[in-house]
Amino acid sequence: MTRALPQVTPPPFAPPCPVGTPCLAPGDVVRVLPGGGGPGHVRTPWYLRGAVGRIERICGDFPNPEELAYGRDGRPARTLYRVRFAMAELWGARAERPEDTLDAEIFEPWLEPVHAS
Amino acid sequence: MPHDHHDHGHDPGGLSPSGHPYRKDQDHALTHWQRMEIAIRELLVERGLTTPVEIAAQVARMDARSPALGAQVVARAWSDPDYRARLLADGSGACREEGIEVDALKLVAVENTPDTHNVVVCTLCSCYPRMLLGLPPDWYKSRAYRSRTVREPRAVLREFGLDLPDRVAVRVHDSTADMRYIVLPARPEGTEGWSRAALADLVSRDCMIGVAVPRTP
Repeated sequence: MTRALPQVTPPPFAPPCPVGTPCLAPGDVVRVLPGGGGPGHVRTPWYLRGAVGRIERICGDFPNPEELAYGRDGRPARTLYRVRFAMAELWGARAERPEDTLDAEIFEPWLEPVHAS
Repeated sequence: MPHDHHDHGHDPGGLSPSGHPYRKDQDHALTHWQRMEIAIRELLVERGLTTPVEIAAQVARMDARSPALGAQVVARAWSDPDYRARLLADGSGACREEGIEVDALKLVAVENTPDTHNVVVCTLCSCYPRMLLGLPPDWYKSRAYRSRTVREPRAVLREFGLDLPDRVAVRVHDSTADMRYIVLPARPEGTEGWSRAALADLVSRDCMIGVAVPRTP
């Protein structure tokens, strides 16, 4: 299946926030994990679950909101990325203009690399 | 129809002179969270951890934030190419140069160009760069804006009076985590040599959310 992939221009500067050892790099193709259907505080919107996009930039390492929400300290911090999606990928034929794009912030545990075949 | 406002001569039909309903007096019992807020606040004051003056000062600090701060940043970026580059690379650092503290959250500036238009939304809640724009407008927090902007941004922008030609790509930014966003609009033509203050006057709150573009002089 051919996925609609957006163009990204990796920023010509380093992330302004501390970052440890990110597993992904700008330009990489990634899939957002479908996640479980259960309750819990997550910050990965439903409409992006399972969608394929490209890493636009690395934002830095931040305390994990899925831990902070339950009064824990959010450690270890997780790497946060901005991921760009083509509207065609998100909404299919109903997209207003398929090549328009959407960027969202997604934490590393929610992303898996997709290797172009 | 029962009507219990006979003693309110100023309240014909329960509408203000501008035709809006009056807000009801809050005669109901406190909610659980209202009681909790009062209890925690009074305990903090009793223990000497804060004072009513400090709390009032913090409220005043939040109320003092307005889109004028964001406009000041935009006007400087338009006037100073090096500052523009620093703003795009590290929004929080560039704000600090202007005396604006972004606190724990990180600011990302996204730039409109002749072929790209940016618009910001938070589908999960209502994340908003308050340090630069003050309190968000009610529509920014509405389900309609939050759900439609990711799905049909062009239709939403048209309702704001912004009809983008097809050759301009729309880039939606869903503010889902620790970043906050400001749109750096394109500088209007015909403003060469303008002072920063005059430029800042062209930059409205809506321009920096991305649902409008600056007025052309």
